[in-house]
Amino acid sequence: MSGGVDSAVAAARAVDAGHEVVGVHLALSRQRGTLRTGSRGCCTIEDSMDARRAANLLGMPFYVWDFSERFAEDVVDDFVAEYAAGRTPNPCLRCNEKIKFAALMEKALALGFDAVATGHYASVVRDADGNPELHRAATWAKDQSYVLGVLTASQLEHAMFPLGDTPSKDLIRAEAAARGLTVAQKPDSHDICFIPDGDTRGWLASRVDLEEGAILDRSGQRVGTHPGALAFTVGQRRGLDIGYPAADGKPRYVLEIRPKTNEVVVGPREALAIAELAGSRISWAGMPPADLAKPFDCEVQVRAHGDPVPATARVVDGELVVTLREPLVGVAPGQSAVIYVGTRVLGQCTIDRTVSAVPVLTAAG
Amino acid sequence: MDTADPSTYFDYAATMPMPAAVREVYLDALGLIGNPSSIHGHGQAARDLLETSRERIAASLGADAVEVVLTGGGTEAVNLAIKGTFWARAPRRRILTTRAEHHATLDSVAWLERHEGAVIDFVDVDADGRLSLTALARALEDPDDIALVTVLWANNEVGTLQPVDEIVRLAHAAGVPVHLDAIAAYGSVPLDVHELGVDLLSVSAHKIGGPVGVGALVVSRTATVEPLLHGGDQQRARSGTQDAAGAAAFAAAVGLLTPDHSALAALRDRLLDGLLALPGVTVRGSRADRLPGNVHATFAGTDGDALLYLLDRAGFSVSTGSACQAGVAEVSHVLLAMGVPADEARGALRFTLGVDTTSAAIDALLALLPGVLERARAAS
Repeated sequence: MSGGVDSAVAAARAVDAGHEVVGVHLALSRQRGTLRTGSRGCCTIEDSMDARRAANLLGMPFYVWDFSERFAEDVVDDFVAEYAAGRTPNPCLRCNEKIKFAALMEKALALGFDAVATGHYASVVRDADGNPELHRAATWAKDQSYVLGVLTASQLEHAMFPLGDTPSKDLIRAEAAARGLTVAQKPDSHDICFIPDGDTRGWLASRVDLEEGAILDRSGQRVGTHPGALAFTVGQRRGLDIGYPAADGKPRYVLEIRPKTNEVVVGPREALAIAELAGSRISWAGMPPADLAKPFDCEVQVRAHGDPVPATARVVDGELVVTLREPLVGVAPGQSAVIYVGTRVLGQCTIDRTVSAVPVLTAAG
Repeated sequence: MDTADPSTYFDYAATMPMPAAVREVYLDALGLIGNPSSIHGHGQAARDLLETSRERIAASLGADAVEVVLTGGGTEAVNLAIKGTFWARAPRRRILTTRAEHHATLDSVAWLERHEGAVIDFVDVDADGRLSLTALARALEDPDDIALVTVLWANNEVGTLQPVDEIVRLAHAAGVPVHLDAIAAYGSVPLDVHELGVDLLSVSAHKIGGPVGVGALVVSRTATVEPLLHGGDQQRARSGTQDAAGAAAFAAAVGLLTPDHSALAALRDRLLDGLLALPGVTVRGSRADRLPGNVHATFAGTDGDALLYLLDRAGFSVSTGSACQAGVAEVSHVLLAMGVPADEARGALRFTLGVDTTSAAIDALLALLPGVLERARAAS
């Protein structure tokens, strides 16, 4: 229980379903003394208190379990290392993979629990043979199946998402209010919980060595200077500070980060379009397709609230290769490509490389 | 679980349940009209109750009533003793203490270090948490700049009793005043401020069955402390309206103290011996010089919070012993100060016993523990 409205209602529904429910709040931050400001931050002392009060109201025992060390290693350090490697990580996905449905779940199962229920908007359904499948939530706007795409069959076996079939967040808030939960109108949390002021670049700057370097266009021409390549993400437009317009007068976007040479490559928005992506660290959220080498139709989504695009996927030499039927914009190495078939999450990979849909036009060409 | 069942409560050191007799006195006293500082009849009646109570509290401490400053709890008493003495003895800067103190002391001296230029000398403790007298004597060799010595009489986590006579003798020989935090010791060991000759001594009412938010600092006639709170000089070294009802309930709890702890110590030893028969258990703290109601152990390969959870689900209330921040137990600084490796210190539990503890409850707890340990080891 994070202290938010979703996990409070999820807990209440688990109680209603007849389960014996124990509330657990994860202490993930090393700065627990802080208070929340607006919708930012989490794991504050205030969130812990909100979670406790919700558990009290629901008449369930409540504990705070400290996973701050694991969180620091598996999520925060990983986040920094990924940026340092010029990649764009998703820490929420990593937290689900390593903390909520791994460290927490393992501890809970060992202590005698049957399942971990969370307030995520997603659904676990069983196929004809009783194998678990992960599906999108009923409400598209709140669907969080993307950040759960890393879960495996054995994790889904012990996962419960009581909010998955609710068609809107408003209904959750109304239900929370009707139940007397004080968090009914608490704002949703945004951004990365361990960067409470939302200034990711500033936060990273104190953790990775940022060095001035060249901003290049796609032809390799130097067009400016950046304060540190690692602080940029693919698809970013703001903060480039090049000072003069591109030849075509259009805004320039970050197309590529080159950590080894500390270079940032920029170009027009069209050049962000990707025709193919491929990645490793593959996981299957349930039964994988029978023949992985044979291309299968699917949809691919590359960010939490991005639109899925039709694609075909196959596994080649341990790499998941996804060929897009429509170009996809703003795909960065480090992101997860989550593969869907209809509402079902099939699995995911961490993107290692992309192939642009727009060939490079050099000055000579 | 039944939170009204007192026999499965093994956390007397956190707070002792208020006995019915104390509750009655407290409720009656809350009906009293008048501020003890008022001159009229109502005020005089409240003052009478307050001072009668103070005399009883003083008697239980071997002190005179005039030496007892009633406070808003043990933490305030410790803060007043340490900060008040530091300021009263300015410009002396050094404070001698140990790393195994309660956070009331550690945080107070850290604050003085940050804000008031204090210099903190940590005197070593041994593997049982007992202060090294040799190290103390060495630290006292050049006493001119020392403001005070402050140590626990009994360690609140591991229950080890300090050699308080020798500590006071050594400090006084060097002309340095001593504060003893006797909050954990109060009610469990004979305390006599005059006989011991200690300068300052802190106690708390709720650790002996009195109300939370009531404590006392004994400030001996010869000691001086600068007050923390200003606004009326109602007591020596403390301002603020005096809590006659709290004092009355405190005194009622004092009235229930007994000098004989042999039955409690026998229950303690029953639990200690039972624990030692289990695999991977190390009892922490001194076996010989120990609070009669304290059992503390580490359980190899476990996390204290998993142990606590499993026992709690079975209806037993225990503690990891260490300080909590936002509900999370930290690795015990006391165990670390005693030289226990951090991974061993993680699996710590403190069981503190009291008037309602039964041998049947101890046996039930011991019967439960093998399964709990197995499960907690799997979960760590």
